[in-house]
This record gives sequence, structure tokens and C-alpha cells, in this order.
Amino acid sequence: MNIHEYQAKQIFAKYGVPTPKGLMAESVEQAVANAKELGGPIWVVKAQIHAGGRGLGGGVKLARSIEEVEKLSKEILGMTLVTHQTGPEGKLVQKLYIEDGADIKDELYLGVVLDRAREMPVIMASTEGGMAIEDVAHDSPEKIIKIAVDPAIGFQGFHGRELVFGLGITDPAEQKKFISFASKLYKLYMENDAEMIEINPLVKTGSGDFLALDGKMGFDDSALGRHPDIEAMRDISEEDADEREAGEHGLSYVSLDGEIGCMVNGAGLAMGTMDTINYMGGTPANFLDVGGKANAETVAKGFEIILKNPKVKAIFVNIFGGIVRCDRIANGILEATKLVDVHVPVIVRLDGTNAPEAAEILRNANIANVIAATDLADGAAKAVAAAKQAK
Amino acid sequence: MSILVNKDTKVIVQGFTGKEGSFHAEQCLAYGTKIVGGVTPNKGGSEHLGKPVFNTVKEAVQATGATVSMIFVPPVFVADAVMEAADAGIELAVIITEGAPVRDMQAAKAYATKHNMKTIGPNCPGIITAEECKIGIMPGMIFKKGNVGLISKSGTLTYEGANQVCKEGFGISTAVGIGGDPIIGLSYKQLLPLFEADPETHAIVMIGEIGGDLEIQAAAFIKEHITKPVVAFIAGQTAPKGKRMGHAGAIVSGGAGTAAEKMAALEAAGVKVVVSPADIGKAVAEALAK
Repeated sequence: MNIHEYQAKQIFAKYGVPTPKGLMAESVEQAVANAKELGGPIWVVKAQIHAGGRGLGGGVKLARSIEEVEKLSKEILGMTLVTHQTGPEGKLVQKLYIEDGADIKDELYLGVVLDRAREMPVIMASTEGGMAIEDVAHDSPEKIIKIAVDPAIGFQGFHGRELVFGLGITDPAEQKKFISFASKLYKLYMENDAEMIEINPLVKTGSGDFLALDGKMGFDDSALGRHPDIEAMRDISEEDADEREAGEHGLSYVSLDGEIGCMVNGAGLAMGTMDTINYMGGTPANFLDVGGKANAETVAKGFEIILKNPKVKAIFVNIFGGIVRCDRIANGILEATKLVDVHVPVIVRLDGTNAPEAAEILRNANIANVIAATDLADGAAKAVAAAKQAK
Repeated sequence: MSILVNKDTKVIVQGFTGKEGSFHAEQCLAYGTKIVGGVTPNKGGSEHLGKPVFNTVKEAVQATGATVSMIFVPPVFVADAVMEAADAGIELAVIITEGAPVRDMQAAKAYATKHNMKTIGPNCPGIITAEECKIGIMPGMIFKKGNVGLISKSGTLTYEGANQVCKEGFGISTAVGIGGDPIIGLSYKQLLPLFEADPETHAIVMIGEIGGDLEIQAAAFIKEHITKPVVAFIAGQTAPKGKRMGHAGAIVSGGAGTAAEKMAALEAAGVKVVVSPADIGKAVAEALAK
């Protein structure tokens, strides 16, 4: 789960990580009131969406008067912001963050993520703040310092020294401030089960203070149960409605651009099914993993979500039953045809636990539009053919 | 021969009396797995599925001599269960539970390593030595005994691969579902040398996914150390960048961990890489015919 910049900064503040003063606004009036409360003389009007690259997309602007705050808020609130992370469709801006302008001397980058190879969090820092870190990693990887921190010992003095010397921070007072900043960030990463934190830029002010000018945080979904305060920050308007609806029913769904709807059990097989459809000349319309606890109701829901997409010309149900028993899926398909108008051909391949019973159920039901397949290749071929025929 | 587990392996189940634990322990017993007991706190002294129940792993190990534990406890108790197993001297913990927090797994894995306990999973189908020992949730009937070793991040692709190998007239020595979480136990790099050393295994199937770099590490290892033929498939060639596809591991970002990179690295290591999982069986048959 991801949160907004203003929410990340609330968490930063709780841990004593310095940020400029700021207030969230959901209307132009509120933005103006916030600006007055902050006092100025310079404000930054920032679009709050769950994506990076907001500045380049025109979602972050400097204001030098209350009038300018009002004008910029009108422009940005309600705009569809397109950045390199939103996709071409962009994201609607529904919230603003009005922030004090900062006296920027230097721009740095600081982040914490899990290093899978070392199996511990790694603090990443760079002098190349304000740029896309992906580009820095690609063009000048030597400019990124990576310090792995073993949770068994936590953030130690030497981690801090490696960071400040690596970044070329030589003033002892500044070193102390930066090390304190980084250690607090590590602490809040661990205590909140964060998946990633990114501050880009982290700025050094004219007076030698370090401030988190931006803040991005993502959390481990599996750990949200023990962080009700974080879960309360969920902004469902930032999530794809169909993906969220699927999630509520225990399904994992991602919409894609193609024509063949897929319903598969297991993430790996679901991706493998998409790959096979593609290999055979078709295009997958979605990724849909029905998970290990599929029943008639969840499968019917899956059909409903797939069929909302008008591009879908055929559906390929590919189930290899381990935990999911095939007879349950077969019943789900029957149920779905009663609940939803399945107006496209459905190619069904059921294999594994209780596959013969499932075949029997489907045969006896005798539904038009349902085509049986013997294996993955056969099913994918039939789905591709059905989608082509429908054109 | 086989790797890690066989018909003599003594297994206990943590989370033995729960719904999932009971269902799958019963299936494993029916397959022939030597489940010698289970652990459920406060149910020690009772019997479940005809096997003794213990309050702690330590008691279970002392009483039964078990060396492997199959873990079915709820997600937030996984780390505790893994560390308890390691502390009690278990040699291999097979963690089936899905949804264990990543931070918990960091600590549990580090502790297990310190105690020389191997782990498989979490969020995986488990391990099976065909017709001898099933420790996990896979449908046992599709694994016919044979000479192909299988390592897979994905549960259902494990079944798909094994099924195709068997349909081609071959069979499986041992299949290991390693799971696709950010922190996992045994991976390709640790399992490949076991298959290389196993005289019963003549070929290896390796099924990977987008995300992370385990397959890249495996490719480097294969190039140096593996003489047996390897067939590989990487799921997620058509997955869009930055989108998460179910498994926490299956996310592509920043250009690292794409299917194309992994396929190229494996091919360069002499691995037969198939573009569709539907071709795994055929590729194995061709490799073994040589």
C-alpha cells in the first residue's frame, strides 16, 4: 500500500525527521487558508497523487503571493497529471499540499528499501538529488551509496559515518544532523513495516539543516494488520476500482490492453498463461489470480470484473488444481453464467485435483459458449482462435 | 535417491490441528509421508489424525526424532514458528503459510541460518519426492517417479511443469516450490548443486518469474557448476512494468529483473529456455533424448 506525500510527512514528523511546514487541502479555499496559516513569503503548491515525477508533469509549483497560491491551486486541483509513473492515462488530482518554501542550497537523495540479495534493508543515498534515481542508477551508479543495515544490530555509528563521508558532508555539525536524520528514517522504516521510503530531494538549507522536501512511502501489505494507523491512510480513490473490487473478493486482478480475459489460479501460472496467449498471437486483457480459496462466488465475481472490459472477446479459464479443487471452479463457472451475462466464448481448462468431476459437472450443465480444452497449449490456441473469430 | 527428503524422513506439522494443517497433513499421510506428530500449544498430550500432539517443537523432536517441520500457522505467527523449529534442532522447515510480513521473515531467516536450519518458502507449495514423501499442498497424484528435478517459484507452474514431464513419459525425482516472496529460504543456487549430485536426477527444470535476481544468480552458477541439462521458463514476459502480479516477488521495476534479462542470462549459460510454459515437457524430452 502506498500513501501520499503529506501522509508520509506526518509519519516523518512523528519520528522527528525534519520537513518543511505544510498543510493538506481538498479545495482552493482550503489551500488559500492553509497558505495564510503558514505565513509565507514563499509557498509550494503540490499535487498529491500516488506517483513520482509530479514536478516535471506540472503538479508542483512555486507561489510568491496568496493570489498566486489561489491561481495555482485552481490550475492543479482537478487536473489530470501525467508523469512517467502514472501511465498515459494520468491521475486526477484531488488533494493539494501547501508547503513553506525552503531555502535550498543542495539537493540530495535518501531512501530505504529491502535488499533481497542480502535479506536486509539498505539505505541508499546520493548527491544527485532531484533527479530520477533510476536514471542516476543507470548513468552513474558510482554516485549511489548503498549501506545495508542488519536489523539484528540496527543503525550503528559506522553506518552513519559511511553515509556522510560518502556524500562528502564534511562539517561536523552537518554530519551530526544528517546521521540523526538517517537513523530516524531507518527506525520508522522498520517500526512501520515499510516496503520503501524515498526522499527526493532531501535538501540542505542555507543554514546547514537537512529537510525532507518530498516523501514517498510504501508498506508491506502483509503487515498492515498490525498498523491500523497506517491502514487508515489508505486512499482508495488512488487505486484502480476494478483491482480494488477484485481484492475485496480475494482475487488479484490487473487490467491490461488485450482481448482475451484470463482467469487462472496462482500468480506464476497466470503470468505463464498470458505469455502463452501472447506467444500464440493473442493479447491478454488482464491478469487474474483466483488464489487458493476460490469458490463459486469469487469465480463469478471474476467473470463479472473481466466482462466489464468491453475489449474482451474471449475468456480463458486455466486452472491447475492443488488447493483449489477443480469441481469448485466448475461450479463457479455455472454460477457465473447465472449471475452474469457471459456473452463471449469461455475456454475452460481444468486439471489437477478433482478434474474428472469438474469435467463431468461442465458436461452435464451443457452451457453454450463453454469450450473445453485439454491442456495449456490447447486452451490458449482455442482462446486466441475464438477472439480472432469474434472480430 | 532424491534431494532433501525421502520415504524415511520424519516430519512434524506446526499448526497441526488447524483447518489447513489438518487437511493437508491428512493428504500427506495418505501420500505416504512419515508424519510422526504435530505441534499445537495447549493441545499437547492429545492425538490428531492418529499421531501425537505436542505443546512445543522441542518436545516433539525429543519424542519423535523428527528432522523436518511443515509449517501451517497463521501469517503473523510464522516467524515465531520458524525460530522455534530452528531452536529445537529441526534441519529443514517447509513454510506453506502465505502472507507472512517481510520484516518477520528477515529475522526468522537470519535465525534459521545461524542455527543451520534450511528453510523452504514461505508462501510455497512445499517439497515432494515423487512416490515417497510429500511435504506441502501439491496434488500428489501428478508427480510420477522419475529422473527430472524441478525448482519453481510458482506453485501452479510446478504442477504444470511436473504434469507435462510425466505426460512425456518421464517423471520427477524431487520437486521444490521455493515461493515468490521477497525473502525466501532455499533458492535455485542452493538446490541446483543438490540435483547435480543426485544420481537419480538426469535433468533439471527451473521455473522463474520476473522480479529480483535469483534467476540471474542461478544462470551464473549453472555456467560454472552444472553439467546436467537444464530447461527453464520465466513467467511474466508480457507483464507490464511496475505492476505487481500477485506474488510480492513478481514486480518489475527500474529495468532489473525483467523476463528478457533472465532468459538471456540463462541461455548464455547453456540452459534451454522455453518461451511458453506449454513447451516445458517437450523440451525436457528433447534434453533427455540427447
